[in-house]
This record gives sequence, structure tokens and C-alpha cells, in this order.
Amino acid sequence: MPPDARAPGRFAAGRPASAGPDPGDPGSPAATPPPAAAAEAAGALCPASEVELAELVAAAAGPLRVIGGGTRGMAPAAGRTLTTAALAGVVLYEPAALTLVVRAGTPVGEVERRLAAEGQRLPFEPMDHRGLLGTRGTPTMGGVAAANVSGPRRILAGAARDAMLGVRFVDGNGRVIANGGRVMKNVTGYDLVRLVAGSRGGLGILTEIAFKVLPAPETQAVLRLAGLDDTRAVAAMAAALASPWEVSGAAHLPAGRDGGAVTLLRLEGFAGAVAGRAGRLAAALAGFGRAEVESDPARVAATWAAVRDVAAFHGREGDVWRLSVRPSAAAALVARAEAAGTLYDWGGGLVWLLMPEGTDLRARLGPVPGHATLVRAAAATRARLATLHPEPPAVAALAAGLRARFDPRAILGGGGS
Amino acid sequence: MEMPRPDGGLIARRDRIVAALRAVLPADAVIDDPAETRAYECDGLTAYRCAPLAVVLPRSTAEVAAALALCHAEGVPVVPRGTGTSLAGGALPTADSVVLGVGRMTAVLEIDTVDRIVRVETGRTNLAVSAAVEEAGFFYAPDPSSQLACAIAGNIGMNSGGAHCLKYGVTTNNLLGLTMVLMDGTVIELGGAHFDAAGLDLMGVVCGSEGQLGVVTEAVLRILPRPEGARPVLIAFASPEAAGACVADIIRAGVLPVAIEFMDRPCIRACEAHARAGYPDCEALLIVEVEGDEAEIAHQLGLIERIARRHAPVLVRESASAEESARIWLGRKSAFGAMGRIGDYICLDGTIPVSELPRVLAAIAALSARYGHSVANVFHAGDGNMHPLILFDANDPASLAGAEALGAEILRLCVAVGGCLTGEHGVGVEKRDLMAVQFSPDDLEAQMRVKDVFDPRWLLNPAKVFPLAASEGRRAA
Ligand SMILES: Cc1cc2nc3c(=O)[nH]c(=O)nc-3n(C[C@H](O)[C@H](O)[C@H](O)COP(=O)(O)OP(=O)(O)OC[C@H]3O[C@@H](n4cnc5c(N)ncnc54)[C@H](O)[C@@H]3O)c2cc1C
Repeated sequence: MPPDARAPGRFAAGRPASAGPDPGDPGSPAATPPPAAAAEAAGALCPASEVELAELVAAAAGPLRVIGGGTRGMAPAAGRTLTTAALAGVVLYEPAALTLVVRAGTPVGEVERRLAAEGQRLPFEPMDHRGLLGTRGTPTMGGVAAANVSGPRRILAGAARDAMLGVRFVDGNGRVIANGGRVMKNVTGYDLVRLVAGSRGGLGILTEIAFKVLPAPETQAVLRLAGLDDTRAVAAMAAALASPWEVSGAAHLPAGRDGGAVTLLRLEGFAGAVAGRAGRLAAALAGFGRAEVESDPARVAATWAAVRDVAAFHGREGDVWRLSVRPSAAAALVARAEAAGTLYDWGGGLVWLLMPEGTDLRARLGPVPGHATLVRAAAATRARLATLHPEPPAVAALAAGLRARFDPRAILGGGGS
Repeated sequence: MEMPRPDGGLIARRDRIVAALRAVLPADAVIDDPAETRAYECDGLTAYRCAPLAVVLPRSTAEVAAALALCHAEGVPVVPRGTGTSLAGGALPTADSVVLGVGRMTAVLEIDTVDRIVRVETGRTNLAVSAAVEEAGFFYAPDPSSQLACAIAGNIGMNSGGAHCLKYGVTTNNLLGLTMVLMDGTVIELGGAHFDAAGLDLMGVVCGSEGQLGVVTEAVLRILPRPEGARPVLIAFASPEAAGACVADIIRAGVLPVAIEFMDRPCIRACEAHARAGYPDCEALLIVEVEGDEAEIAHQLGLIERIARRHAPVLVRESASAEESARIWLGRKSAFGAMGRIGDYICLDGTIPVSELPRVLAAIAALSARYGHSVANVFHAGDGNMHPLILFDANDPASLAGAEALGAEILRLCVAVGGCLTGEHGVGVEKRDLMAVQFSPDDLEAQMRVKDVFDPRWLLNPAKVFPLAASEGRRAA
């Protein structure tokens, strides 16, 4: 058993011997991940067990700056750095139950490789923020969960929050709290799993997360429509998403690689099904122009990785904003934004905007049917503009009440808002 | 099962409270005639009953807010209610409480096929939501067996699931926004027609909070395009172990059916006697359903049948027509009714890791023999959500007690193998006192803190979910 032996029945009980390398086994590569050593050398707190983490938090005299790999730019600016990098390793992986339990510091890449070897994957296709933010480091599963990071497949398969089955975390008092579990259906008590998903560490420090995973498809294909304006593109994506062919990605680049607009639709599944669906979808969208079908696996993968990671903005100057809105409102908002760069994902439900530095996008847009998050900006802009969209007072009061109860000493940075 | 002693002071002030409610609500929205309030004395967990002080049936969010503000001012506990089909006693009143039912709020407020949402008042039944979007080619995915009767209000209260959640998820995965009234009468909106929260996902914790955080009056629900077609295959086995292994192999092979349902011999026999679905007399039976167009369905069923043949099935019967599909499902859908003909039963609802299926079934059989109560098993095998049905004699209190003790033991077993006490029915009063089996005092404390924030005086459905001893200090405050 690992040092943080749990009470029986809490979370990963029933762990079969065949569940993969024992996380406590010193021979397992996960037991001594290199990022942890580096972090420790740099003076960061680097607890090696949940118990140690809980003690550190309980004893903390001032604010902590909690990071996984520190790649998502969401940790508070001030405070003593504490990394979860040493809380790493796959605790349980049962492909036949579509269940994966990992420690928070486990690298995303390691998990993706492990799943791919079994023909499975994370359903929600988490984005890699490094290219967009110019950060270095190793993205961790704890970071994915704490920031609810989801990519293009969110429209079909749900967000990170939807795939999370259970969590263990240390709250601001240094108490270890378990919620949810490792099974698909669980309504026992309040759903704190959803509450901590996307809480950006403001309610507690995740130590262990259980995910639902899914089979990887046999084949993928992408349909491209060229030259649509934003309104027509959203309409085309809506038509595709209203079809029964399980479109798993719907993105629009007003200025694609060669300057022209391109609209992308992804299909996934059994080989025969994808070919048939691509033909039927192209026919159904004939009113939007002739769709080109791409089915080369490497090119399909690269196309969607570029959408997922907002590659169109990499290396370009300006602030990056992320709008989560109802798709039917997206094109009009974009017209008002007058952005230097635009990328639509989620059929128009997610809009990435590259804005001139210091622009107050929220002021420019007025009321938004959704919310606008400031993802990348200089410190001066950040000091002026809130990262997260302001909430109505009654909702903000509830959120503040929760933060005050889970972190009464305000040492966790309030979730980066 | 114990309930806290009702507040005699409130009961003594009953007439004043009712008069005050009448002053802020339309006359027909307040019911206090004991002959009528009795209709609200229990939910689907009929073993426990208690008529409330009064019942209010508002027609708008504003009326809900007025009723709650008044109860808040008077210190009256409120029990939110949808259509009262909860199997956990979630909507069970106490004698000093007001039941607030949203059953009269059933309107469809908006359907948008570009944003793929429907906005409804929460008194609308689950099936009526799908019906409202059917013409547009869509459906609302979570489909509890009670979908004809249960309301979206209760689905959100319990985070309800259905037979197709292996593919489509449960309520929380299909809920985008809601309008809710806090106990003090404040109206808030969470989420909307967009994805994911700006800050904390408060909607995420409201879903499944069993009426303890607020009264949800409107919901924005995600709707999905209807699949081209769906077809089941029925596979019979000589042992539950073989059926369990087959489920694991299907999932392992990369097929994701929309439903995998399991029935054991006692249940198969009851269904056969009741519904004549043409099931073979065998130890275990799976119904596996896949979706797509004809070619896709044929391909997936072909794969599934090849896998099944590795487990020495007694019978593999792929549906060849809509009538045959309906017949295969008929037996499963009438399972609860069929068992009801044999006798009274308690329907359990634990979840286990799918890999533990054979071991848990064997352990349940042993417990059943030890306690002397027959147990039939019918459940969603793809996601490990079990519904053991324990037979008992309702005219014999000792028999009920024995069945409840056996039920508690089975649920403990679910937790011990890495599962949970309830997969979809909720905690209510039924599993309240078992919560410590699954949660540590710190885990429970963390959950109760959430209620402290939403409902500081613990007036909303206070005697549910948490063991009475754990919540006592807060309820008394
Ligand atoms: C035959 C049968 C089959 C069933 N099958 C399934 C199944 O397959 N899957 C499944 O998940 N469940 C099933 N159930 C259980 C039950 O139908 C569900 O829990 C359902 O969601 C309850 O809905 P309701 O409207 O009847 O809620 P109620 O019973 O009225 O209330 C349920 C809970 O929600 C709270 N609540 C009600 N309204 C509100 C509101 N407006 N705001 C906040 N909280 C509220 C209540 O306080 C209570 O705690 C079944 C029940 C029966 C009788």
C-alpha cells in the first residue's frame, strides 16, 4: 500500500492485482518522476504523499501557489510554490470497466500513452496550453481536472467535469476529503466532484482523480467547407451537429492557413461507419458548398490538435480571450469584438479571440449569453481586468461563501479569479 | 428509520402560517385540508408516510419565491417536490413542514435547434420534454424508467439516470442551466445555453442535492439528434459469471452500446410469467442495444455476437424487426411490475465496479440464503448500477425489518468492493443512516458546509441525506 493508506471503501477499494504497476513500487517510473526532483531543487514544496500534503497545508503560515506542471497560467501570482508533481502515478486502470484512477501529479502525456496502448483515450481531449501561453513544464491530470480543460470533443463526449467520477483533495484546513468514487453512476451525497472540477484550486488541492475513459475510434475523418462567412459557418456547424452522425468536432477558422475561411467537421467511429457518414453529411450540407473529405490519420490528428491548442494564435502578440456562449449568438459577438484573430470551436459555443493588448473585451461586448475569460495578458492588464467573468451578486455571494468555508485562511488563492 | 421530532410550536401556529401563505399566493395554490394533504404524505418509498402542515402548488418562479420567503421568515421547513416518485423518501414530509410542489409549472419556454437546448419549467415530466422536441428530430437523453411520471425537478434533485446513460450520461451531463429560488426567496440563475461555468460550478453541486439547496423552477436541457436506428440483441447464459465476463469483453473490444441490461433467473422467470417476452429459462440474460444506421448496427451486433460466442451462450437472438425489439425490451421494462406480482419488494440501487459483478452476485446469493429472503437481480450492467429486488411480506413487520437488514448488507458490500450506496435513486431518508459506511466524518462535513452556504438555517428538506446525528447541531440552529 502507498503511504497514504486509505480507509477501506474510500474510492479505489477493490483494486485488483492486475491493475498495473503498484504506485508504491519504487521500480515504477511514476514513483520518481523527474519534474518533482526539478521542482524540489528550485525550492518548491513537493509533498510525496497525501498525508504530507495535508500536513504542509495545515501548517502553512501564508498563501500557497499551488501548481501541477504550471503550464496553464492559472496559479496565483504570489505565495510559496507547492507542486503536486511528486503525487504521481496511475492508481488503477481497468480498461474493461472504462475506469482510470490517477494521482493528481501524473503527467497527461503518460496517461494518454497508457490509454492508447489499450485502444482507449480521455473522452474530453484536453488542450495543451503551452504553445498559447509560452509556458514550459509537464501538464498534469490534476491541472486538467482543476481547470476543467476540454477540447473539441466536448460537444459530443462532454467536458473534463463530465468524465470525472471521483476526487480526493486537501482543503484549505488541511483536511483530506473524498467525494464521488470510481464507478460510473453515483449519486451518494452532494456532488463535490463537479464543484471542484474547474475550481482552479480555490477549494482544495486535488490529490487523486477517477476518470471515465472511452474506446478510441477505429477511424477519423474531417470534412472541410471553404469560404463560409461566420454566420453561415455557425449554421453549417449547427446543421451538422443536429444530424444523427455524431459529429465530434465542429470548428471554424475565419482566416485559415491560406487566408480563406475554413469550416471543419470531424467524424469518428468504425471504418465503414465513418466513410458512410462522411458521404451522407457532405450531401446534407450541400447547400453550404462542396465538402472535401480528409481521412489521412496523421493529417486529421494534426488538424484537430491545432484547433484544440489554438495554434493559430501561437507566437502572435495580443491578449487571448475565451468566450463560452450560446452558438447562435457567437457571430454577432465576434463582429462586435473586432478581434485580430478568431477561432470558433464547439460549433460556435467556444470562441477564441486575439485582442489588442489591454482591451476590455467585456466592456466592448456588453451583455454576453455566457462568459468571457481572460486567458493571456500582461500583468498590468490582469491587474485591471478580472480573469473570470463577473457573476451576479447573489451567485458571487454563494461562491464566496463556499471559498470561505473550504479555505477559511484564504491560503489557496481563491481560484485565480 | 427515524425522523426528528416535529416542532410543536410550528404545528400550533399552523393556522397562522396557512393564512400568511394565502395572503401571498393565489387561493387555490395553498392546500391545508387534511383530506387533501394526505395525497402528499409519501413518495415512491411508501413504507414511510407523514402528512405535512400544508402543501403549496405555485404557478411561477415569483410565487415560489414568495412562498419560500414567507416560510423562511416563519422558520418553517420546506420539502420540495416534483411528482413524488422518489424511491428514497426524498420528498417525504415531516409534520411541521410545508411541501412545495412544482407540479403545476410544466411549460416549455424555449426550443432552439441551433443551440440544441430546450428550456422548461421543472414540473414538466421527463417524457414530455422529449415529446416537445420530437418533431424537431431531437430527444432528451436521460430516461429513468419512471419517465412517464417523474418531473425534471426530481431528476435534477436526484441527478437521475436511465437505461441509456452508458452512452449519454445522467442528468448532470445533460443539464446546462437552471433558475432556482434560495430558501430566503432570492432567485438566481446558474449556467445557461452555453457550456461550463465561469467560476465555481454551482449548478454541478445543485444537481443531485435532493432539494436541500434551493427550489429549481426552470431548467435549460441539452437535446440530442435522434439516432437513425437502434436494435437489441438478447444473449442468454448458463451462469452469471459468463454474462459478467461477456460484458467486460464487449466494452474491452471498443464497442460502446447504448445499453447493456442484465437479468438473473428469478427475474427472468417473473418477467416471463408476467409479460411473455419469450425469454429462455436460463441463469442470466443480457440485452445489449446499439445505435446507428442499418450497416452500423449490423457491424456492431456482429462484433458483439462474436464476443458472446466465446462465453458459451445458451442463446443469441438478434432482433430482426421493430416488433421483436419491442418484445425483447418488454420483459425488461416490466421487470419491476412482474416482481410486484410475486410479492412486495424493496428495490436497491447500489453501484459496483463492473469487474466485481460475478463476485458480488455470488455474495448476494449467499446473503439471500442466510437472511431467508429471495433476491432477484435486474440492472444496468454496462455501468455497474445494480437493482437487487428483495422480496418480503408487507403484512409482517419482522419481514420488512429482515429485508431492510439484508438490503443494508448488500449496500455495504457494494461500498466494500469500491462502489457506492446509490447509483441513481438518491439517499433521501432510506440510505441516510448508511452514509458513514461510504464517507468519513470530514467527507460529510465538507458536504454539509455546502448546505450551510445555500441554506444557513437548514430549513430545506433538512432531515435527509445526512445521518441525523451528523446534522443535528445544524438543524437545531
Ligand atoms: C417505477 C419507478 C422506476 C424508477 N426508475 C428510475 C430510473 O430508472 N432511474 C432513476 O434515476 N430513478 C428512477 N426512479 C426514481 C425516481 O423516479 C427519480 O428519482 C425521479 O427523478 C424523481 O422525480 P420526481 O419528480 O418524482 O421527484 P420527487 O420524488 O418529487 O423528488 C425527488 C427529490 O428531488 C427533490 N426535488 C423535487 N423537486 C425539486 C425542485 N423543484 N427543486 C429542488 N429539488 C426538488 C425532492 O425534495 C426530493 O429530494 C424510479 C421510480 C419509480 C417509482
